[in-house]
Formats: sequence, C-alpha cells, structure tokens
Amino acid sequence: MPGADQILVALLTGLADAAALFFVASGLTVIFGVTRVVNFAHGSLTMLGAYCGWSLISRLPPTPLGFTLGALATMLVLAVIGAMMEIGLLRRVYRAPELFQLLATFGVVLMAEDIVQALWGVEDLALRRPPWLRAFVLVGGARFPRFDLFVIVLFPLIFLFLWLLFTRTRWGRLVRAATEDRDMVAALGVDQRLLFTSVFALGAALAGLGGVLALPDASANLGMDLTTVTDAFVVVVVGGLGSLSGAALASLLIGFLQAFGIMLVPKATLALVFVVMAVVLVLRPNGLLGRPPGRERASGETQAVVRPAPRALGLLGLGTLILALLAPFFLGPYALAIATEMLIAMLFAASLHFMMGPGGMASFGHAAWFGIGAYASAFAVRLLAAPMPLGLLVAPVAAAVMAALFGSFVVRLSGVYLAMLTLAFAEIAWAIAFQWVNVTGGDNGILGVWPASAFAGPRAFYWLTLLLTTLGTLWLRRILAAPFGYALRGVRDSRRRAEAIGVAVMPLQLTAFTLAGAAAGLAGGLYAYGKGSVFPTYISLGHSVDALLMVLLGGVGTISGPIVGALAYTGLYDVLLSVTGLWRLVLGAAIILLVLVFPEGIAGGVFRLWQRMRPA
Amino acid sequence: MIEISLSRRALLAAGTAALAAPRLARADAAPIRIGEINSYSAVPAFTLPYRNGWQLALEQINAAGGVNGRKLAVISDNDAGKPQDAVRLAGELVESDRVDLLAGGFLSNVGLALSDFSAQKRVLYVAGEPLTDALVWQNGQKFCYRLRPSTFVQAAILVEEAAKLPAKRWVTVAPNYEYGQSAVKWFSDLLKAKRPDVEFVAAQWPALGHIDAGAVAEALASAKPEAIYNVTFGPDLTNFVRQGNTRGLFEGRSVVSLLTGEPEYLDPLGDETPPGWIVTGYPWASLETPAHVAFRTAYQKKFNDYPRMGSVVGYSLIQAIAAGLGRANGDFASDKLVSAFAGAEFETPFGHALFRAIDHQSTLGTFVGKTALKDGKGVMVDWRYVDGASVMPPDAEVHKLRPGAG
Repeated sequence: MPGADQILVALLTGLADAAALFFVASGLTVIFGVTRVVNFAHGSLTMLGAYCGWSLISRLPPTPLGFTLGALATMLVLAVIGAMMEIGLLRRVYRAPELFQLLATFGVVLMAEDIVQALWGVEDLALRRPPWLRAFVLVGGARFPRFDLFVIVLFPLIFLFLWLLFTRTRWGRLVRAATEDRDMVAALGVDQRLLFTSVFALGAALAGLGGVLALPDASANLGMDLTTVTDAFVVVVVGGLGSLSGAALASLLIGFLQAFGIMLVPKATLALVFVVMAVVLVLRPNGLLGRPPGRERASGETQAVVRPAPRALGLLGLGTLILALLAPFFLGPYALAIATEMLIAMLFAASLHFMMGPGGMASFGHAAWFGIGAYASAFAVRLLAAPMPLGLLVAPVAAAVMAALFGSFVVRLSGVYLAMLTLAFAEIAWAIAFQWVNVTGGDNGILGVWPASAFAGPRAFYWLTLLLTTLGTLWLRRILAAPFGYALRGVRDSRRRAEAIGVAVMPLQLTAFTLAGAAAGLAGGLYAYGKGSVFPTYISLGHSVDALLMVLLGGVGTISGPIVGALAYTGLYDVLLSVTGLWRLVLGAAIILLVLVFPEGIAGGVFRLWQRMRPA
Repeated sequence: MIEISLSRRALLAAGTAALAAPRLARADAAPIRIGEINSYSAVPAFTLPYRNGWQLALEQINAAGGVNGRKLAVISDNDAGKPQDAVRLAGELVESDRVDLLAGGFLSNVGLALSDFSAQKRVLYVAGEPLTDALVWQNGQKFCYRLRPSTFVQAAILVEEAAKLPAKRWVTVAPNYEYGQSAVKWFSDLLKAKRPDVEFVAAQWPALGHIDAGAVAEALASAKPEAIYNVTFGPDLTNFVRQGNTRGLFEGRSVVSLLTGEPEYLDPLGDETPPGWIVTGYPWASLETPAHVAFRTAYQKKFNDYPRMGSVVGYSLIQAIAAGLGRANGDFASDKLVSAFAGAEFETPFGHALFRAIDHQSTLGTFVGKTALKDGKGVMVDWRYVDGASVMPPDAEVHKLRPGAG
C-alpha cells in the first residue's frame, strides 16, 4: 500500500496535471459557451503557443522574469491569431447549420500542422531549463518539481481571474448573457461581433498559456495538437459545456484519475479517462455542472423537409450509376481501387448522415461501427475460417448489436454531449484494438483478410462493392422516405411535440442509431476485404473525423450530400496525397474555401443555385 | 486527376539521376524501378533524413553506372501513416508504375500491411525501418525482407549489457502498444534466462504520446528499483527524462534504454541527457570507420546537415536493394528476384551485412554504448558495434518462430 507521503506526492502530481488541463479547457469552454463553435483547432492553438513560447523564451534571459514576459507575449500573439481566425473564418459561418463550424476549424487543424512544420522544422523543441526551472521542493522525503508547484498555484489564480472577469465586469455580463440567449443580446443592441471576437481571442490566449506552461516539463512537438484537443474536449464535456467551474472540477477529476490511475491500472489509463467520461454522461447528461440546454429551438429554425429526389436528380443518379457500372471497362486498376474506396466511403458517410442529418444525432465516433464491422469480418476469417459471404454478413450484424447495446445510453443525450459519448465509446474501442495486443494484434492489426478467389480481381471486387454499397445507401434513403424517416425528423425538429403526438422517441432514435451502425459496419467489412487487413487506424479519431468531414462537406440538409461529400473528400485526399508533400496545407485550405463558398455544403449549395435558377 | 499524380511521380523520379541522364538507346538501359512508400507527413522527424539517405545512395549508385549497366529509379509515395493508404499506393506502384519491387515503411503496421500485400501480389518487398518481429517471424513470408535490426535484436543487445549490472530489482516503462509490449517481453525473458536472480517488480505502460511523466516517475520510484528499463521515445521520452531528472529518479540507479542513442531521440534531450544510460543508437559524430566517414562527408556536403539514424536506414536500404538486384542477373521475375536476395551481401555505413536466407532478416546491427554530456548535448560514448547475426536465436528456434514457408 502506498504511504501517506506517496499519496501526498501523487495528489500534487494530479493537481499539476489538472492545472495543465484547465488552462487549455477553460479557453475551449468559454469559446463554446458564447459562440457554440466546437473548436477542433484548440489543440492547434496550444501547439502554436508551445512553439511561439519556445521561440520567444529561448531568446529572453533565462530568468523567471524572462519566462513570464515570454509567456505573456505568447498569449498576446495567440490572442491575435485567435481574433484573426474568428474574423477571417468563423464569423462567416455562424449562420450555418450546427457543427458546420467544426469543419472550418478542422481545416485550420490541417493547415496548422504543415505551417508549424515549415516554420519550426520536424524535430521536437525542448526548452533549455535554467536551474530555477529544474529546482524541486521536498515533500515528505520525495522531490516535487518547483515549477509544477507554481503551475498548481496558477490554477486557482487563473480561475479566479476568469471568474471575476465573467461576473464583475460589463464585458463578462454581456458574455454570460450571450451564452444564455444570443438573439436576445443582439436584439438589445449589443455588438455581438466584438463580443465574439474578444471571446475567441481570450480562449486562444488561454490555449497559448497551456502550450507555454507545457514547455518546461515536456517539449513543443508536432503531435501535441491532437493529444491536447481530445483531453480538453473530455474535460469540457465532463464539466458541462460552457461552464467554467465545471471545467475546473472536471480538470481536477481527470488530473487525479491520471495520477492515481497509473498505480491501479497502469495498462488502461487511456481507456479509463473515457470510461469515466461515459459514466459521467450517462449519470448526468449535461456534464457535472452543465445546465440543460434552454428552450427548444424556435420553429423558424426547423429545417426543410427532405423530399424524394426531383426527377432531374433521379435521372442524374441513374446516369451516374450506369457510368459506375461500366467504370471497370475504362478505368485502370489503380483508379478502380480508388473508386472502390470512394464507394465504401459513400456508404460510411451515408450511414453517419442518416443519424446526423434526419436523426439529429451527430457523432464524433462513427468510426467505431466501421471498425467493429472490419474487426468482426477479420475475426470471422481468422478464428472461424469463415467464407466471405459469412464474413460480410457478420460485419453489419456485429456493428448493429454493439450499436444497439451502446445506443441505449447515447439516445438519452443530445447535441454535443451525445457526440462526445459516441467519441468516448470509439476511443475505448480504439484503445482495445491498439493496446490489447494478444487479442487484436494491436497496431500490427490482423492480416490475411483477402476476398474469396472469385472476387480477388479489382473488377470483381469493385462490382461487389458497388452492389452492396448502392443497396445499402438506397436502403437508408428508402427508410428516410418512409413514415419512420418522417417520425425521425419530427423528433429532431421538436422532440416534445413528437412525444406529444405519440412518437416513441427513444426506441425510434435507438433504431436509427442501430441501423446507422449496421450500415457503417457493412462498409467496414467491405473495407477489410478490400485492403486484406484491419488496423486500429480504422477506429481512430481521424477516421471518425473523415466521416464528419464528408457529411458536412456534402451538406447535412440534403440527402445526396453525404454521397457528394464522400466522393469529393476521398478524391481530394487521394489526389493531394500523391501530388504534394504539403497535402494537409492544401486540403485544409480547400476545406476552408468550400466552407466559405458553400455554407450549406456542396450539395446544399448546388441545390440553392438550382432553386434560384428556376422561375419563381 | 490520375494524370496529375503520375506526372508528379515522374517528376520525383526525374529528380534522381536516372531520368535526368540522357536516355540511352539500348533497350536494356531502362531504369530498374523501385516503388518506395513511407510515412513522410506523419513521421517527418525520421522520414525526411531517411529520404535524404536514399537519395544519396541512389545518386552514388547511378553515378557509378547503376546495377549491371541499368540505372535505378525510385518512385516515392507518402502513406500519411495509414497502412490502408500504403496498400492502395502499393497497388498503384505495382499495377500502374510497373515497379520491379517495393521498399520502405517506418511504422510496423505499414510494414506488415505491405508484406501481406507483397505475398498476395507475389512481388518483392524490402522493408527498411519497421521493427516488429512479426515481419520476419510470426507473419514472415518469402516475398519480404527486412533491413533494420528488429525489436528482438535491439532488446537482446541491451540484455548483454544489462546482465553485467549488479542490479536485481528492475522496473520497466514502455508505451502501451505492440512495440513497447514486445520490447519489454523480450528484455525480461532474455534477462531472466541469463540472470535467474533478477526480478521485475513494477511496470508502467503509458499510452503512446500521452505519458503522465510525473506520475510514472513517482510510481517507478515507489517500487524501489535498482535498475530501470525504458522503451519510451520521442516526446514521451523528453517528458519522462525531465520529470525523472527533477525528481531524482535516475540517481543511483542503472538505466537501460532502447533506441535512446539515436540522434532523432537523443538530440531533443539536449543538456538534460542523463549520463550513463546504456542505450542502443548511432554515434554519428564519433564513428570514424572509413565507410562511415565517406558516408558522413558526402551526406553533410549534399544536405548541409548531419546524418540521423533515418539517413543510415535510407542509404543502406538502397545499397541492400542494389546488391540483391545485382545477384538477379537481369532476371526480375518475382521468384528469381526473391531468391537472389537471400544471402545478398552489401556495405552500409555501419559495415558489412547480408540478408539471412533463414528468415530474410538482414544482419545489420546497431551500436550499444553509454550516454554522456558534451558541450550541452547528449552523445554516445564507450560504444561498440554489435552485429545483428551475433544475437540471433539458434536456427532451430528461428524455424519455430517463423511458421510460414520460406
């Protein structure tokens, strides 16, 4: 058993972790609270903060004053970057559908990775620590870094500063009012633009502070953007979106969990955090201190009913299908391989769109069902030596069963909380695939999942994929056009009214969730056979984000959106990857450009143009 | 769109001496095409020096007339760190670009995916960096060769040194995934076999890229170990070393650390490099063999930078491939080419090496030595080169570890 001293040191370590989490998460929660933007680029801002801080502080005298000045200057730089990001990009897409801003911030994430690499190079930059940064204090015989003690002290100070800022200043009152009811604040004549820009600048400065304070203990490196942003999301959601005290409380919870977790379950620290997040969300659907969302959206925001495609679009679809059927006769094997991937991406995106668009349930972890399908096929082949038809059948079934089990927790939530619960599940699934090497093969994956000899050739496999993905996509569309689909949209637009007229809301949503999982699972099974192997990357956050990008890029509001989005995104990615080493920069810029030009997504934008051209 | 990608690839190949040289009239003078895939955007700290390395080797070989009168051309692709993309690109290289063989890989899963692909399509694949033992053992197959010493070899080399230490109480810290788990398993199995009096009293498994270094250092210290075996690398290592230094974790304890002597991982530690760690790595500044001096001079002249471990891997990979191709006598049918590589001998900046026929692993070794501080930078001292062949298990054991044919 650990002694009292050890527990004290672990407590301090946990506090230091909590402080580091809080600096980043507080910025994220403040930004979300006011602007409702899920800022995926928050980790990139932290990374920029670390790199800027490294450049500034290593040029200043190695004294506490030099460090402080460097940190303040970095925060200023980040505030300017944050303000520019808000003015140049996000301000233009506030009116877009919910979560669409996520797409814009993800474009920033991609661009930031290449920009930082171009400016600072590929090697990790560790700040040279002068003696005062290496000093320690003795805590019951054990050494504890003095700098970490300083970080711990800064935690309540920053919290107090923010609290005073939000409760004791006019600016803070306006921010809180805007958090409560944006439209009302605007109606009272408050300049929202200034408010939003300043909030974004504050959030970015806090992200920068988090980056600078990570320097003495760690380094500025190219991977820190994504590791930071997932941790920050967990804290913000566990605490309750937009709640500063919640973020502080959740930081403490997660910080202690990390510090003590490694003593109890050293092999499962990653999953532990997400398990705790899932438990918190199941017990408290709005986080620890979050408040339930206010009134339901006014009826003016109800989205247009998605009707069966007009005749012209139907003909276009039929033409495309015939073209796709004939594709193997004029495409080379590589182009055919890309086409096969596009088809699978299409089903994957359509399944996410099914629950996200008409279902109103956005998911940050949709790759979980894709991955479960892929692993189910792989296990069927490896353990049962199952023939391919059985392997392909197992995929959607396994994904549907898991989705049904898990979905019963998910459908109790809504909005970003729901999305984050799906993320928690996907991260746990990923951790199992990546870390439980004896069962899943870990990152080495499962090999040798090749298709039956009849479908081994690229043409045959393409046709099989075309058949199954087209059937799957059409099946999802058919369901949306059925009474089930209308009920689903009814629930999305007004849950209470739908309940009042007798719609069984939760079973309905659960069914939709399960169907979406099954379709994604089928896509995963096909992908496993197409690639001959499965890897944890299929379940990774990056793959979930791919699905989100495809749906948002195509347009949530239209039924052909995910198809267009999947084709556009996969095509763009594949081409850029082989054309340029700076593919992330170009892809990110392309995404941002599309966001600005087509705020309703590509298909939505085309649809609007189509309507405008028709005589009134 | 496919056109664009092909033209860029041609451009990349043209950057090599092969296509820049005026086309010769003889039909057999068409370059031998090597399809190369690596995680250029995902792992730039390794792959960019690696690319420099293979470009240097390519230039030298082609300047010397190529292989049996034919020049080499490399068509290079970026897999973005995803095995699924690597497989797709491999398909393009084989089917559209008609490459004679595949090469490359950094991540173990990319290596395994390419190996599986090579067996399916019956085309030779020469892996450079991927460390996993599965590549030549559990999942070993006849179309795949591998250059770098595997996780097993690296661990076995360290065990030789660790067994000499008086320490009996050991703790381990390793990233929680296949690489970290096998590195710990081999190390503890081999060390216990050599030193039955040794016990492993605690193990920490931080998630890759997510180490909570302060807590890990505390947990290790509380087990009261005499020695520590470390497998973390990159940002996790920097974080671990800093917390360990401040908290005094390494004082009065022996530390044995995998790959930490490689410039990629040693350099970021800077003036905090803990002296006296027993590490595997690459002492680029103090290795003065004629082969290495020639390599280092040429590399520094061409790139105005010092070579990293990746540079040696990239350079040696092309040398190894050239040697294998040379033994094929112009017959590049897959089966012939595959058997030509078995036993192919080649020169590397580290010295002579060959591809073992028994498991298609090269005998390229690595350096083992101690860390030290010199002018505020970490360096390797008291190092010696360990040939990969010298620590391999006996052949009978290898046959058991490699169930697949050939």
